Amino acid sequence: MPVYTEYDGEYTLIAKITGEIDHHSAKWLRADIDTAINDYKPLLLKLDFSGVTFMDSSGVGLVMGRNLGMKEIGGRVELSNMPPYIEKVMSIAGMDKLTGTDFSKGGLNNGTEN
Amino acid sequence: MAQKTKPINEMKLAFPALSVNEGFARTAISSFIGLLDPKMDELIDIKTAVSEAVTNCIVHAYRDFAGNIELSAKAYPDRTVYIKIKDRGCGIEDIGQAMEPLYTSHPEEERTGLGFSVMESFCDDVKVSSKPGSGTTVTLRKKLKTKL
Repeated sequence: MPVYTEYDGEYTLIAKITGEIDHHSAKWLRADIDTAINDYKPLLLKLDFSGVTFMDSSGVGLVMGRNLGMKEIGGRVELSNMPPYIEKVMSIAGMDKLTGTDFSKGGLNNGTEN
Repeated sequence: MAQKTKPINEMKLAFPALSVNEGFARTAISSFIGLLDPKMDELIDIKTAVSEAVTNCIVHAYRDFAGNIELSAKAYPDRTVYIKIKDRGCGIEDIGQAMEPLYTSHPEEERTGLGFSVMESFCDDVKVSSKPGSGTTVTLRKKLKTKL
């Protein structure tokens, strides 16, 4: 269940997660994403769920943890391309609210919590 | 499992509480439920709920050693499925507190405390019986829709 990371050289780090997110895989995903955050210190971490085939509440923990980490360095997290079954789990914790901001439209404060 | 009619199918298996078996438990329950020709979203709901229950066994019940987890399921003619996840681990002192959304005894490991909340929102009913020192049994009930 690898994570593909891509930094735009300015402020966005895209982490594309693939495979299943559970308690077993979360620790590896966490390490990979945190390594990339540490390397690039992005302002926006965009987690791409298009390649995720299953997720339980461990995925919510993964997002909450990265959200805290990004806040510590003055950045934020955005969730993208969530299939309905992932959005359903995220919505239990209200984490689905971390979606929807299109950064290219200049909306730093749109759609995220303050 | 409180139904008077006989199940149309059932299964029971046991495996050690290793995190790699979270995926195995999902695959096993998917295969069993798949025989009932469920809707895709129902199958995903059940997989997710089972994943939470099995993870609880690994993270909480058998924190210090990988004891056995028993996964069993019964399907009834009205398409109601009962799934039992049973461990003989440490047990839960306060079930009410354990089931509270966002309560976790291990926040340091990015546990969200949402396991039971997920089970409750993805199933029709969740029953927990537990005795400190001797283990916990979680019973999930879900009635599958009839396919037309």
